[in-house]
Amino acid sequence: MPFIGNTDSDRRRMLETLGLADAGELFTDIPEDVRYPDLDLPEPFAELEVLRETDRLAARNAASCGRLSFLGGGAYDHFVPSVVDYLASRGEFTTSYTPYQAEASQGTLQAIFEYQSMAAELLDIDVVNASQYDGATAFAEAAAMAVRAGRSGRRKLIVAEGTHPQYLEVLRGYLQATDVQIVEAGTADVAASRTDEETAAVLVQSPDFFGRVHDLRGIADRVHDAGALLVVHTDPIAAALFRPPGADGADIVSAEGQPLGIPLSYGGPYLGMLGCRQKLVRKMPGRIVGETVDTEGTRGFVLTLSTREQHIRREKATSNICTNQGLMALRAAIYMAAMGPRGMQQVARLSYENAHEAATRIDALPGFTVLPGLFFREFAVQTPVAAAEIVSAGDDAGISPGIDLGRFYPDRRDQLLVALTEQHTAADIEQLVTLLERWAR
Amino acid sequence: MTDSRPLPELLWEISSQGRSKPHLPRHSAGDGVGPPVELLRDAAPNLPEVSELEVVRHFTRLSQANFAIDTHFYPLGSCTMKYNPKVNERAASASGFTRHHPLEPEELSQGSLELMWRLQDLLERVSGFRRVSLQPAAGAQGELSGVLMIRRYHADRGDTARTKMLIPDSAHGTNPASVAMAGFDAVQIPSDEEGNADLEAVKAACGDDVAGIMITNPNTLGLFEAHIREIIDVVHECGGLVYGDGANLNAILGVLRPADLDIDVMHFNLHKTFSTPHGGGGPGAGPVGAGPRLADYLPGPIVVSGENDGGYRFEMPTQSIGRVKSFHGNFGVLVRAFTYILMHGGEGLRAIAENAVLNANYLRTRLAESLPTAYRRSCMHEFVTSGKIGEVETMDVAKRLLDYGYHAPTVYFPLIVKDALMIEPTEGETRETLDGFADALIAIVAEAGENPDLLHEAPHALPIRRLDEVKAARELVLCYRPS
Repeated sequence: MPFIGNTDSDRRRMLETLGLADAGELFTDIPEDVRYPDLDLPEPFAELEVLRETDRLAARNAASCGRLSFLGGGAYDHFVPSVVDYLASRGEFTTSYTPYQAEASQGTLQAIFEYQSMAAELLDIDVVNASQYDGATAFAEAAAMAVRAGRSGRRKLIVAEGTHPQYLEVLRGYLQATDVQIVEAGTADVAASRTDEETAAVLVQSPDFFGRVHDLRGIADRVHDAGALLVVHTDPIAAALFRPPGADGADIVSAEGQPLGIPLSYGGPYLGMLGCRQKLVRKMPGRIVGETVDTEGTRGFVLTLSTREQHIRREKATSNICTNQGLMALRAAIYMAAMGPRGMQQVARLSYENAHEAATRIDALPGFTVLPGLFFREFAVQTPVAAAEIVSAGDDAGISPGIDLGRFYPDRRDQLLVALTEQHTAADIEQLVTLLERWAR
Repeated sequence: MTDSRPLPELLWEISSQGRSKPHLPRHSAGDGVGPPVELLRDAAPNLPEVSELEVVRHFTRLSQANFAIDTHFYPLGSCTMKYNPKVNERAASASGFTRHHPLEPEELSQGSLELMWRLQDLLERVSGFRRVSLQPAAGAQGELSGVLMIRRYHADRGDTARTKMLIPDSAHGTNPASVAMAGFDAVQIPSDEEGNADLEAVKAACGDDVAGIMITNPNTLGLFEAHIREIIDVVHECGGLVYGDGANLNAILGVLRPADLDIDVMHFNLHKTFSTPHGGGGPGAGPVGAGPRLADYLPGPIVVSGENDGGYRFEMPTQSIGRVKSFHGNFGVLVRAFTYILMHGGEGLRAIAENAVLNANYLRTRLAESLPTAYRRSCMHEFVTSGKIGEVETMDVAKRLLDYGYHAPTVYFPLIVKDALMIEPTEGETRETLDGFADALIAIVAEAGENPDLLHEAPHALPIRRLDEVKAARELVLCYRPS
């Protein structure tokens, strides 16, 4: 029994204290006919055996051999500075829980307060909470929050094109039991024009699923004039360089925080970033850390506004969220602290320039066309053959050239979504171009 | 044992312009032409500028201001703060996992897919459910998924008048909150004098407007529901379905498969039962298992094994409620839980339950005179007492325990026990640790009589004294504003 501290003799003494002969007597409330089933599990693995097994599985993934990859689509391979793994793996952070006892949890609380502060600065919004599960659920909660915070009776959400298709799925999933109507519109401009007296909010993603950065100047005013709220889903690296959502008048902001020092890890755990204007904070779901003082006037931090939450409000809570992604918020805080303002902008700039260099090279290949629009670190390419064929050829060449957009949109089978970060080099771009040249015509 | 050095300043307070030196390449592969100026930020974000050494010292120092399982006994009831084996971390840190992109094609993801398929299989064997989805990111998301599945099941049968979900009054707040998100009305079921969900109340509530019941078993009092079979039968007979909240699965691992009681759907908390680190409040993982009535409604995609060694691939269950998060669940958490289960095997899992329950009962017995439990029954993995001693409040006892070097138990929950103090020792702790904790609590009870102010003013030995939560909520300083 690998992690049990007590010996047989301890157990005997403890059972004596209880006046019992056997620990089995503690389970007599459980119906006898279903007690002690045969689970038919594999024999226990020793530590070295289990690592052999997990290492074998890890080695079966393409990622195991440092494969060259241009995959994005909501998860990006930015460099993770050594200090992030080092500090975030400290047991005092990993093996603590939600800071219910504030005095014994100041480390977690202050780190999350610093995360909230840095994230709010980055997104240029008044308040960012302690996290949601991921970008998709932050987006869905932002939408649900907009309905709660919006003018009463307004039950329509207008979602601009380019929203991550999985985020839309999660949004529909979260709201499936409500009467909220979800309408997909065209551009942010079109979405703003369609805002009417039934619309609670307009939702726009920028950079969007195709990597495009949208000019949102003036959109918020039009949405507000129509009595609705503006929700913007963004990317935290892009927000270091481009106009952040708050500067464009967004009322609620969500983002996938994975690029902030969080490994790809096959899709999770990631970090849902959710922020809003101060006046909406009581409508926001999820944990929030606030500053206060102790009985001697010393500054300290506590979980606050818990009257919004399920453990106090139960069925009247703003959401059912309890545990969030605290350790991922910590990683993001360490990442931003290690990068500083110039580092954050430099990552964004290098990613932008690498992506544009790759796009220029690919666009020059006969038969390949980069789709129009300003983009950040990711772009869609019209391909002369099915994108699936290119992805498959990449398998043989040891390159993941991008995402076959046909996986998400049946009418985009000849489009490839290509992402670059600061990690890519001129030689990497050369390899990608060399692969694609096979189909140049 | 505890650390009373002052807390570090905020990063901005030690920031100095030009001090941060990110170690990034100077040049890209491109021409250095940036984006159009009109779409750029007006100024760089006002983030702190600190040296790498300062970053390391700052966060190391912050970590030391935490109580954690690695440093302290952490009997936080209902949270199963058990030892988090370090082998889990090593397994999950393999680069084939950490660098694995979620949209890599299935053929290039066979290692991760096999792991997920096998974890689904292991959880099915442990619980008896027909099928498991690993999608949900946390227990609460598992609950929402399960309740949405029940909703969809009734809707598919045209049974749309079922608007009520029964929930015992001992339940976690996430239950009624999840029910509300799924568009049902929560109907509270009282507890009987033995601490069980009141069977007669369940019978009285059942009817053709009941969608089902959410029941946590063992319940949050740490008691196995004595009428669980009758309750499940009554709910099924009226056409409702049964959601089993698996929050307390640790108590019955290898002793009872929940599906054998004909529960229809249940979530697992991998961060409790299967030892993945709680991370200061997440990430967790909340896979959902379902029996024959609801298996096709699980959130997806889930992993299936191809015929004739065709490899593993994703598939959406036929009636799925859809996706509840992006990509494939909290995969890094799944690797840790998989590692943990493999190291235990069937007998090892049963030993977890037996030792968790034995430890809880031993502690309950050691405290029987000083802090008797609200219900005089043997308990499962945890027990609930009252922390109010004369003029000393439960919160005072909790704060005083911190001075003794123990994390406090859960306080004021479950709501049905006044001044509740909820203690869950977990299986990994030794008899000596339990004795030390019991001695501390007994000493604190004595202190409460002799010197109540000592407790009112606790903690004394930490870097910070009692914090003013009212001020925090009233003044709402939620982020640092650089001046």
